[in-house]
Amino acid sequence: MNLQLSADGRLRHLLTLDGLPRAILTQILDNAESFMDVGEREVKKVPLLRGKSIFNLFFEPSTRTRTTFEIAAKRLSADVVNLNIATSSQTKGEAILDTVDNLAAMNADMFVVRHSQSGAAHFIARHVAPHISVVNAGDGRHAHPTQGLLDMFTIRRYKGAFHNLTVAIVGDVLHSRVARSQIHALTTLGVPEVRVIGPKTLLPVGVEQMGVKVFHSMEQGLAGCDVVIMLRLQNERMKGALLPSSQEYFKFFGLTPEKLALAKPDAIVMHPGPMNRGVEIDSEVADGPQSVILPQVTYGIAVRMAVMAMLAGGAAA
Amino acid sequence: MKILIKNGRVIDPMNARDGVADVCVAAGKIVAVGAAPADFHANRVIDAAGLVVCPGLVDLSVRLREPGFEYKATLESEMLAAAAGGVTSLACPPDTEPPLDEPGLVEMLKFRARNLPGPRVYPIGALTQKLDGKLLTEMAELTEAGCRAFTQADAPLTDTQVLLRAMEYAATFGFSLWLRPQDVSLARGGVAHDGAVASRLGLPGIPTLAETVALATILQLARETGARVHLARLSTREGIAMVRAAKAQGVAVSCDVAATHAHLSENDLLGFDSHCHLMPPLRTLRDRDAIREALRDGSIDALCSDHTPVDEDEKQVPFGESAPGASGVELLLPLTLKWAREMGVPLLQAIDLITWKPAQILGVAGGHLSVGSCADICVFDATAEWVVTPRTLASQGANTPFLDHAMQGRVRYTLIDGHLDFEAH
Repeated sequence: MNLQLSADGRLRHLLTLDGLPRAILTQILDNAESFMDVGEREVKKVPLLRGKSIFNLFFEPSTRTRTTFEIAAKRLSADVVNLNIATSSQTKGEAILDTVDNLAAMNADMFVVRHSQSGAAHFIARHVAPHISVVNAGDGRHAHPTQGLLDMFTIRRYKGAFHNLTVAIVGDVLHSRVARSQIHALTTLGVPEVRVIGPKTLLPVGVEQMGVKVFHSMEQGLAGCDVVIMLRLQNERMKGALLPSSQEYFKFFGLTPEKLALAKPDAIVMHPGPMNRGVEIDSEVADGPQSVILPQVTYGIAVRMAVMAMLAGGAAA
Repeated sequence: MKILIKNGRVIDPMNARDGVADVCVAAGKIVAVGAAPADFHANRVIDAAGLVVCPGLVDLSVRLREPGFEYKATLESEMLAAAAGGVTSLACPPDTEPPLDEPGLVEMLKFRARNLPGPRVYPIGALTQKLDGKLLTEMAELTEAGCRAFTQADAPLTDTQVLLRAMEYAATFGFSLWLRPQDVSLARGGVAHDGAVASRLGLPGIPTLAETVALATILQLARETGARVHLARLSTREGIAMVRAAKAQGVAVSCDVAATHAHLSENDLLGFDSHCHLMPPLRTLRDRDAIREALRDGSIDALCSDHTPVDEDEKQVPFGESAPGASGVELLLPLTLKWAREMGVPLLQAIDLITWKPAQILGVAGGHLSVGSCADICVFDATAEWVVTPRTLASQGANTPFLDHAMQGRVRYTLIDGHLDFEAH
């Protein structure tokens, strides 16, 4: 998608990982490494984005993602404004573009956007003035690129490289923007085998065309994996006749210590959060030695700092 | 008013004519094709050298948006757009507000249209009251008021018993039902073809099954009741194959596709362009190619514009929230020509799909240039290039996936009932 790259190949917006060159993904991960120690300093700040205004535009509620974006922006010394539009002007019927225009008139430099509709970040990016960058913080089922990047960062930290890995993504791929971003990142970074595991009702049509192998059984799908990524299962899936019950789901697709034992002994377990313990993941696994779920959150800040710094024209710390 | 259209290449599929000839028009009728009568003195001579002279286009689906949706488009704007597109007869679906479910509304629309320049307007009546899929409309009364057929348009009809009764009742009088095959439950929530592209973009899908399951029901009921059924806007390869097989078995069905679907596919959604949000959805390249082939071999009977002008605000939102539909009455001719060029189909055969064949489906007299028939004529330049922009379109709706695309083929004159209702300047 050329929308997110400038004519000279620099990152203008971060909307999706689909189609981003490997060099850019690697550069973001490398830059994120350089931001890792900022959080450990006594003064947890670098002045890269001093004087820049970043608006967190959340058309859909989120605590975790919004908070990590906010922390990342503040550590870069930017001014941050949080707008939970789900509960403000949108309910008064204001069109998205009017909201965006109004904030642009307040001299915004960057919008971090979350919206329930796939393509919403593209839509805003196409509309804004050239000096404004858009970061997609999750649009519908489509993409959550910073989550995908922080997952890659986590994998690289624990596994060192991508070229020799087998990675399984388990659960509700159909509704997951996280899974889509992970799949694009993993295939771009050269992971030779990316698997998706789930019942047929939760896997999108033609998902193989994204470069993954499809499994419907945990026993087969987890065998020999280096990385196991669990996806969140929302309760409303039971209402749409996609699943009979969360108990049955857990029995067949929940990650228990027994099932994890089928993966490689040094396999890591990831989850984008928030977790449903006892639905997609057993607490023993979530809190166990192979879980890297909390480090993922920590890395999320460094990765988001790297993305925002690159978009604002800066580089590393 | 006597008009002489001189030296044009006359293409008249019904009469299998393709050759240079003069066309003489007097008192609203075609009085000669070929040598003018000795006493014919034209008030107006149109030099059509290098141009094509064909029957006025018959478009099976043009939303005029009145009554109720005047903010999207008005009768004036859309009838002018249709004339600018060479259309001289159009079928207007009943999905207005209120829907065309009462004779009074139909008469009002016909009255309004008659007093405006532009094509003949043939309303298609609502099949059920308020289009709610429950109670039948007064089909016989509506027919007397001028309805040519009955349809739910894009409104759901979930109750198969109602559909069966509607067919039985329509068959009693010989009325036609125009049905767009789409199973409501299977399509629920969908905004794009359920395939690789929608999966990639995270857009909720409408599976091919939504069309084929609905088709199976409709074809079975049509076979049983003997009702005349026209299948509107086919979109899948599998659906086309089902209709082809039903026709071969002697079921009385005809079908059409929208011109957009003969050119575009799901791949055109990749930038989330809401102008590509259409109903039925743009499907795979395989489906598109099947449509193109079925138009060639005659399995599909007609091309229509499925003209749906939408207020720009309804497209300036994320894809899934946007209103479906494309403005297209002015693109029907160039898109038909483009298909013919790309497929190596002769003009005579291509023009048949937008004139004589749809005229038969609609059951109206037009669609040909026989001597003695009404002078509904389109004169176009088959090679003129133009670019689609809001300024080059007369429709109030500039919502088309072809914005900024170059088109070949531009209408120069449109005669309706012997009147020059459109003239390009």
